[in-house]
Amino acid sequence: MSAAGALLEVRGVSKRFGGVIANRDVSLDVPAGGITGLIGPNGSGKTTLFNSIAGFHPIDQGSIRFDAHEITRLRTPKIARLGVIRTFQQTHVYRGMNCVQNMQISTSQAGETLFTMLRPSSPAMTARAEALLEFVGLHAKRYLPAGELSFGQQKLLEFAMALMSEPRLLLLDEPTAGINPVLINGLVDRLKRANAEFGITLLVIEHNMRVIMNLASHIYCLAHGELLAQGTPEAIRSDPRVIDAYLGGR
Amino acid sequence: MSNLGVLIDAPILLLQLLVSGILVGAIFALVAYGMALVWGVMNIINIAQGEFVMLGGYVVFYLDRAGVHPVFGIPIAAAAMYVLGIALYRTVIWRIVDRDMFTAILATFGISILLQQLANQLFSADIRTVPSRLPSVQLAGGLMTVPEIKLVGFAAALAVGAVLIAFLRYTRLGRAIRATAQNARAARVLGIDTDHVYATTFAVNCAICGAAGGLVAMTWFIQPYLGLTYTLRSFMIVIVAGLGNLSGVILAGAGLGVVEEAAGFILGSEYQTAFIFLLLIVILVARNAMLARQRRYLK
Amino acid sequence: MRGHARNAVVMIAIGAAALAAPWIAPAITTQLAFLWLMILFAVTWDINGGQMGYNSFGNVFFFGIGVYVCALVQRDSGLPYYEALFAGIVLGALAAGAAALVLGPAILGIRGHYFAIATLGLSIVAADVASAWEYIGAASGMAPPVYPGAIESRTKFFYYLLFALAALTFVVVRWLYSTRFGLAINAIRDDEDKAEAMGLHTTRYKVFAWCVAALFLGAAGGPVGNLVGFIDPRDLAFAGATFGVWMVLMAVLGGKGTLWGPVIGAVVFHVTQELFWTYLLGWQRVAMGVLIVVIVVFFPSGILGWTLRSRRHAVKSLPQARTQSAS
Repeated sequence: MSAAGALLEVRGVSKRFGGVIANRDVSLDVPAGGITGLIGPNGSGKTTLFNSIAGFHPIDQGSIRFDAHEITRLRTPKIARLGVIRTFQQTHVYRGMNCVQNMQISTSQAGETLFTMLRPSSPAMTARAEALLEFVGLHAKRYLPAGELSFGQQKLLEFAMALMSEPRLLLLDEPTAGINPVLINGLVDRLKRANAEFGITLLVIEHNMRVIMNLASHIYCLAHGELLAQGTPEAIRSDPRVIDAYLGGR
Repeated sequence: MSNLGVLIDAPILLLQLLVSGILVGAIFALVAYGMALVWGVMNIINIAQGEFVMLGGYVVFYLDRAGVHPVFGIPIAAAAMYVLGIALYRTVIWRIVDRDMFTAILATFGISILLQQLANQLFSADIRTVPSRLPSVQLAGGLMTVPEIKLVGFAAALAVGAVLIAFLRYTRLGRAIRATAQNARAARVLGIDTDHVYATTFAVNCAICGAAGGLVAMTWFIQPYLGLTYTLRSFMIVIVAGLGNLSGVILAGAGLGVVEEAAGFILGSEYQTAFIFLLLIVILVARNAMLARQRRYLK
Repeated sequence: MRGHARNAVVMIAIGAAALAAPWIAPAITTQLAFLWLMILFAVTWDINGGQMGYNSFGNVFFFGIGVYVCALVQRDSGLPYYEALFAGIVLGALAAGAAALVLGPAILGIRGHYFAIATLGLSIVAADVASAWEYIGAASGMAPPVYPGAIESRTKFFYYLLFALAALTFVVVRWLYSTRFGLAINAIRDDEDKAEAMGLHTTRYKVFAWCVAALFLGAAGGPVGNLVGFIDPRDLAFAGATFGVWMVLMAVLGGKGTLWGPVIGAVVFHVTQELFWTYLLGWQRVAMGVLIVVIVVFFPSGILGWTLRSRRHAVKSLPQARTQSAS
């Protein structure tokens, strides 16, 4: 199912590392304003695909278009400034700075020049930072150094930082992994709100089936580096190939 | 740069430089291998590497003055430097093994300055050399002249290298060292005394440098400020070859030797060290640029 | 606002003491002038080192450029003394800044300890080239023109000049750290890959940080060359094994990544050094080596880090945090 003019169009992307083929001829579409899921057993190449989209490494074949721009050969900072922000499985935050500072430096860098950076963060920026920290439930801890937060809290901070940059497309790599199960519902809720209220398109890698079935309107399944199946949550849930890929050991 | 013209007129000189370079490159490779060992096993870039070479040279020099022939002097220097290595490990190095690389660099820099200045105070800044008592050898039917000491140095470097490799491959302690280099925590879990491994590795490196220092004293000369050049040479070789790549170290060492001989000849000896360091910077920038295309960086 | 007021009082007190010093203790004016130089060294190093995570062992390269450019302007420009000196200082600063601008993109693209060693090589290459370049005196160095006045007034003059430069450096750096640029370089230090993934113009900020350091280092070169009276390429201008390493050590000793840490470190280091010189003459360099090892091994987070930890301050109480997060 290819939507003409999807926000993100991945066509025939292949990537190998030495002798290992991480992605082979993967194609997918992420429609603007929607939540798209990416699932697959461990080692199926999901994070590699994310890395390819975000410009972390060059790809061997294929093309990636974002908002009708060809971004295949662009480097990460440029792609980020176009509005594609990703979060990491092993969270990456600025450990030496406190949460508010982490947020303040995470604004969209699209128009920034050296001169605009030679000013303190504006009160509006700081207010927005604190509001977003409130949104993810970190307001009470906002002056703690990010390095002192727990893993789950760092994940939330990373999510808040991503929101701070006002992305068009947010690539979330296992957002609920490592989160206290009690808090997962709250996080899923926030993801939905980010999509609905802020209009951010989401592409989410998830292992938690309950979460992704609840969250995404369209799901792609990878296995062994290739696209195995795609469809609505109901279709994917009952697709024998998908079930086989997760349970069977091929 | 008129020497460049000389090179063009007499290509046999190129061969001479090549041979000369390869011969001395063996010594560079040896010192570089020691540095790679400490780097790989203990995650420490030893800035004082050259100072150990320098001190080894002084041991051989003073032994020679006391009547001990370098053939005995060099092993004694290696042993003496081994002891120094253990002493340094037990006082300073064991404290920085688990810290970040920057701390290691700063600490070994401190040791380097300490040893350098100590040598300056104790031995004076005069240039010393150990006469090799060996003639020059004619090669290639009289077309090339090579001081025999360079051939001896080459053979000695190879010998020491061979012993080192055999030690690492066939002895229990050697295998423990290699295991620790791969995964220190796993090695500890398996019952390897990593502290002993670290001490031995560091001391062995000092011994290697000591032996090399004796060869340096005989091939050229030594003075208290010799160290930094050797440290940077080793670093360059290790970067080009990559950690754990023995044949790479040998080739890079030979390559560096040749390039240095050529640079020294064409540009004159006062520019020789500047050339080495400039080469180092160029290598780093180029290597980094190559990796950056794959979005990776020198790590 | 208590922290700000306290900071202001401290700075005014220091400023007053600094201005009065040559009259109160004329015998040690030269040493005090060098104290300001050390403070400038440590503070400029920390911009790239502690704040940005790029530990340069070659910042003395920019200092040396300033030393020589000023000496050349003084020798060849034909201007009268003070005009030549000030022109030399400005041009020295600009030349050093230009060098950082040109070399920055390539060299700051290298990370971690490779960067450290590359910059070390930079200062050594410069020392060797300067030692062989006839135009600037080669190994014999250069001698700046004689000061038009008595020795005491000359020492005082350059003392005040160096104090002014150090104070200016501190004020500018303090301001920089309060801006978003300060946040950006901290982000680069903490996680450069993340910074890139968030779209920050990392190269731009890295180079600018180096240029700022270079400008002040270059400006300081002229006054030092004139104060010492003689420019040696290896021992003064491109003194990699002394100044170049001390810059790093002073900042580490005091606490890198903080505003006052480098200042404190510079003071402690310089005083210790002067004491070594006085009481251990001949062996002071050896003692220096020992001191370096002691600092690195036992004070890894510096004096400031050590006192902070023992007083268990939260990050919240640091002036930087409050400056940024207070709306």
